Amino acid sequence: MTTPMTSSGLDTRLPSLPEPEALRRSEGFGLADGAVVLGVLVLLGLIGHVGSSAMVSFRPPEISPTVSLDPRFLPSYAARSTVRMFIALAASLVFTVVYGWIAAHNRRAERVLVPLLDILQSVPVLGFLSITVTGFIALFPGSLLGLEAASIFAIFTSQVWNMTFSFYQSLRTLPKELVEATTLFRLSRWQRLTRLELPTAAIPLLWNAMMSFGGGWFFVAASEAISVLNRDYTLPGIGSYVAAAVAARDLRAIGWAMATMALVILLVDQLFWRPLVAWSDRFRLELSGSGNTQQSWVFDLITTARLPRLFATASAPLIEALDRLMSGLFGQVQDHQNDGAAPGQDRLFNLGLWLLVGSLLAVLLHFIFTQVGLLEVATVFKLGVLTLARVLLLLVVSTLIWTPVGVAIGFQPRLASRLQPLVQFLASFPANFIFPFATLLFIHSHISIGWGSILLMALGAQWYILFNAIAGAQSIPSDLREMADDVGLRGLQRWRKLIIPGIFSAWVTGGVTASGGAWNASIVSEVVSWGSTTLTASGLGAYIAEATARGDWPRISLGIGMMSLFVVGFNRFVWRRLYAVAEARYHL
Amino acid sequence: MSASSQPLDLIRVEHVSKRFPLPDGKGDFTVLGDVSLSVHHGEVLALLGRSGSGKSTLLRIMSGLIRPSQGVVRSNGQPLLGANPNLAMVFQSFALLPWLTVQDNVELGLAARHVPPDERRERALKAIDIVGLDGFENAYPKELSGGMKQRVGFARAFVLEPEVLFMDEPFSALDVLTAENLRGEIDDLWNAGTFPSSSILIVTHNIEEAVYLADRIVILGSNPGRIRGELQVNMPRPHDRNSPRFKALVDHIYSIMTNPDQVVTGEPTPQRSSASPFSRALPHVRVGGISGLLELVADNPDGGGSLPELAHRLQLEVDDLLPLVDASVLLGFAEVADGDVRLTTIGRDFATTTILRSKDLFRQQALGRVPVLSSIVHTLKEKESQSIRSDFFLDMWDDHFPLPEAERQLATAVDWGRYAELFEFDAIEERLYLPQSPVALSS
Repeated sequence: MTTPMTSSGLDTRLPSLPEPEALRRSEGFGLADGAVVLGVLVLLGLIGHVGSSAMVSFRPPEISPTVSLDPRFLPSYAARSTVRMFIALAASLVFTVVYGWIAAHNRRAERVLVPLLDILQSVPVLGFLSITVTGFIALFPGSLLGLEAASIFAIFTSQVWNMTFSFYQSLRTLPKELVEATTLFRLSRWQRLTRLELPTAAIPLLWNAMMSFGGGWFFVAASEAISVLNRDYTLPGIGSYVAAAVAARDLRAIGWAMATMALVILLVDQLFWRPLVAWSDRFRLELSGSGNTQQSWVFDLITTARLPRLFATASAPLIEALDRLMSGLFGQVQDHQNDGAAPGQDRLFNLGLWLLVGSLLAVLLHFIFTQVGLLEVATVFKLGVLTLARVLLLLVVSTLIWTPVGVAIGFQPRLASRLQPLVQFLASFPANFIFPFATLLFIHSHISIGWGSILLMALGAQWYILFNAIAGAQSIPSDLREMADDVGLRGLQRWRKLIIPGIFSAWVTGGVTASGGAWNASIVSEVVSWGSTTLTASGLGAYIAEATARGDWPRISLGIGMMSLFVVGFNRFVWRRLYAVAEARYHL
Repeated sequence: MSASSQPLDLIRVEHVSKRFPLPDGKGDFTVLGDVSLSVHHGEVLALLGRSGSGKSTLLRIMSGLIRPSQGVVRSNGQPLLGANPNLAMVFQSFALLPWLTVQDNVELGLAARHVPPDERRERALKAIDIVGLDGFENAYPKELSGGMKQRVGFARAFVLEPEVLFMDEPFSALDVLTAENLRGEIDDLWNAGTFPSSSILIVTHNIEEAVYLADRIVILGSNPGRIRGELQVNMPRPHDRNSPRFKALVDHIYSIMTNPDQVVTGEPTPQRSSASPFSRALPHVRVGGISGLLELVADNPDGGGSLPELAHRLQLEVDDLLPLVDASVLLGFAEVADGDVRLTTIGRDFATTTILRSKDLFRQQALGRVPVLSSIVHTLKEKESQSIRSDFFLDMWDDHFPLPEAERQLATAVDWGRYAELFEFDAIEERLYLPQSPVALSS
């Protein structure tokens, strides 16, 4: 039954011929080489320029950097923000590989690391800022590096968790025979990591990194200008430029910043992500060639140029030496797959875990009773419910608005392929750049911020709903749609019988992402200002923001803890169940 | 099975068994029970068994990938503690790294041994030449056809010049003609005496392949996996498929494999004595498959057919054909003797009648001859709601099988029960329930 009769033809399929481009490759230095050299030089120059300005002296409150609203300085500010993003990305990558590798290869560590990861990715990153800013400033006294580090750390925590999860998942689902082959051929741990594990994980990791990076702009903007402990900290960058423009009520400057931001997102996409996506195509696991590959002119340029290949050949002995060194350092793959360790040790390990969790709980309870009191906890809980209501309303409204739009787009493949980059762009455009306009609108039309903050939270979150609605609609097989036309399903029935079941899984994915984004955004959406006017909604986000500004540690901790509890609880009890339903019932 | 200590035994398996713990501490599931076996110097040894006979597990224990629960594997007399350095494996799914070129894939094992790059290159080129892939050194696996990919798999193993070459169903992922071609070339290489290894161990479920390639065939039985016996092929190489001895051997092995209780050598087979109907495994086939097979057999003028011939006509591997035969025998639709399958009267009726009548026949046979189905119907009748969550039955199978197999048993039982209209199944609520008009149990 498994041998299809049709496939038993001769094995005469010709191996694919070399691509014409490869044949056309010119020997010697060509135009492409010139472009590559130029590109590398420009990049190095930029990094050097930006790097030197991070070392300026900083002695708050006497000497503190200021941000000029002259648009001529914008390129340099944008470059500094971008460098922060890339440093955070590099840090995330290192963390991902180390954490994911340990979690996947050590059974005991896995039992701690994976649930911890689950919790960490639910904690609102912005709430952390106050803690990290003070910490890092103390770490690097007299230099801007402390603020830089705090900002980079905020971006890092916003993008690292789902990258780590993706890497861990890839390691857990490595094809069994490939693992066996690498074991039998006696590859060292390092060789297995570089030849099997990283390549297998590359594509999902890259997509997650891209998503995270897009979301990271929001945190760059939020972390560059922050008030902690009654003091405003400013770190030159595009985010602090916007903050300064808001304080000065300068709409033109905000417009310039938005244009710059859009340009930067496009440039990073063209110069960095697209070439990477095109390059990563070789890591596809299906052994047969795939039809649609991503195109990238930068990648074509690099592959056409001779210089990079010369460089690769020249560095081969170096890589060989590194391979030996690291193989020696990390040793051989464990000889036998461990299929049962000593149960006594396991019990001890479990006991230790429970003790740890128990003592943490005790500390927490002690803290609540002595520092803030139960009454405050109840108040914060009520605020949490308020913010939850906002998040829910946001989800419902953006679903009602964007799902039909997304489905309409997704059903037209050509339109979808054209609009998808646009939606991706909108999703990564930091919503806090648009906040000032919305705030102005609220002030002038007397809209209460209680309702208005929902709109602000939605500015970023809604795109995930739209994005996934498009993806979901695209995943509905066209023969099912033809069948629906054929039997005359239309209107509401068409939605109930075909579309909603078809896009349900995608909607759940979008909903999880959107609600996570919305919780985080609530910290900057429930308190907004224009010039000296500040609007404050009542909610958990505003509570955290105000406690942060005052430097009220107990209340900051309580607020973050409560929000984490809400997010984790909501994930556990709502999203996870919806996932299960989607898997069991609506799996296409 | 010779446990005598010959110096020429390259790999020796001594009283090895393998158990996996069942979920929820319900004891163990025995995959392999007390297996002893040696790979002699200079021979091609085939491990032949149906799925579930643990042949793949045995291969992995012999290669050092899995640790046995009991017993020892010795390689050149030394107990094996990890991956065996004296062997290389060719995998069913090729197991090539798609991001490495043919050359880099072949060099993989050499790189792991830190052979210098120049020597690596030279040896890899030689191995690529042996398998006839020169010119493709810089190609990526996805540019190659299945047959060429497996050639890379062979080159990757050859380049290490392993003492023993392990092959895990190396041709079963290829189409029939490609497999035939590659199998012939490997055999030529072996017969020419230029083979890079001194012995070959091949795991297969293809009877003809085993007889064609091997000097000695070890036949494995299921539940638990064990050695039923071994056969010497005793033919001049290359083995001539058209010789009477070749055909007789193939027929003989078919007859052994369709009859789990037949003694292969003087060794008695352990008796199964389990009372629960849930301990006997249902063959995993759909009812449509059974009737398809029976219709085909019924079309034969003499109302029977030889299994090798059927397998050939249907292009089915043993693993796909034998479960269908098993199910037909279990249901009393067919009988098997000496590698021939023959329809019973009921079987002929079932294969040729209308769909409604065939459903009645199937129900009657299923209730009478498949205890697990009648047990499910009884249990459902005892419930007031006439319905039970499927987990309940899953637990019963779970006592005898590992969870994935228990789930497959449930799925097969549900397929049969639904076809026979004995009970119905709600996939969302995961409940089994009796159909509206109750079924009369044939008492």
